[in-house]
Amino acid sequence: MNSQQILEDVAQSQVKTDNPRFDVGDTINVHYRIIEGESERIQVFQGVLIGRKGRGMNEMITVRRIVNDEGVERIIPLNSPRVLKYEVVRRADARRAKLYFLRERKGRSRRLRDRRRGMKHVEGQKTIQ
Amino acid sequence: MALTLMGKKIGMTRIFDDAGMSVPVTVIEVGPCVVTQLRTLDNDGYTAVQIGYDDVKARRSTMPVIGHDAKAGTAPKRHHVEFRVTEDQLGEFELGQTLTSGLLETMAYVDISGTSKGKGFAGGMKRHHFRGQEASHGVERKHRSPGSIGGHATNLGTGPKVKKGKRMAGHMGAERVSVRSIKVVRVEADKNLLLVTGPVPGPNGGTLEIREPARLRKTKAVRQKELAGG
Repeated sequence: MNSQQILEDVAQSQVKTDNPRFDVGDTINVHYRIIEGESERIQVFQGVLIGRKGRGMNEMITVRRIVNDEGVERIIPLNSPRVLKYEVVRRADARRAKLYFLRERKGRSRRLRDRRRGMKHVEGQKTIQ
Repeated sequence: MALTLMGKKIGMTRIFDDAGMSVPVTVIEVGPCVVTQLRTLDNDGYTAVQIGYDDVKARRSTMPVIGHDAKAGTAPKRHHVEFRVTEDQLGEFELGQTLTSGLLETMAYVDISGTSKGKGFAGGMKRHHFRGQEASHGVERKHRSPGSIGGHATNLGTGPKVKKGKRMAGHMGAERVSVRSIKVVRVEADKNLLLVTGPVPGPNGGTLEIREPARLRKTKAVRQKELAGG
């Protein structure tokens, strides 16, 4: 086994295999474990996935949401054990790999076209204000 | 006993610890090291274990080395190192025995030595962390120069020459460097791997010496004791 394979092998054991499939543009829920001293609670961060970076063990995702009219972005290691699980809320069409243009968008134009065009997706409409 | 093993630096990656924190780790392939000689009081005047590491083709080796390693029933090795043991401990080793990373399982910390990456002929700023000169205020074409090396008086005492050891530009790197008491993250005995926190000297693929820590202080000593005891 060569060096590169050994390294990948070491990292491979930590890569999560039970993540749902999601792509850039999707709205996802990130169940983040917050540890405060002894206690532990779950915080759900819902937002649009605007970019994925790196691969394998080092993959990072950028999730953007709007809180009180202020854009908030969290960059999360995809395989972090601090994340309990991911949920896909809404799937949307994205024509590029990084959706940084959403940062300049305001109001209704911030919404992405739903991948299930013609179908009802009330839930999704609500999540992006 | 200052148990010493040899290994190869594989490279760096990251591991998430129990708290979910990302820890930078260096992956080291340890051994397999073979006991090539046992130094005894009768023969050598001291007691130690000599290990060999890294097979080398017989035609690239020398007859003395081939013969020496053949006594232990093994192919010629590229590297040989010794570590001192007491007479009692000598009995725990036998000629031709293979030592693997499993021996490190009771260690919370290790010392690691290797040959650092060569930097070639480096200037004072890189080699000794000199500050260099200013970017402007009349400085022309010597922003990275070391400046004055001192006057007549500071260099005097040894004759009309600059004192030996005066810090200047010169060859840097490619020398033996040790890092001490670095934390062992994980030992994978079946794959002969050792994972330690942070960087170790040398390039990927470089040969390393992994030793029992020479000394541990305070919290590190406590942690080592807990691990060895329990």
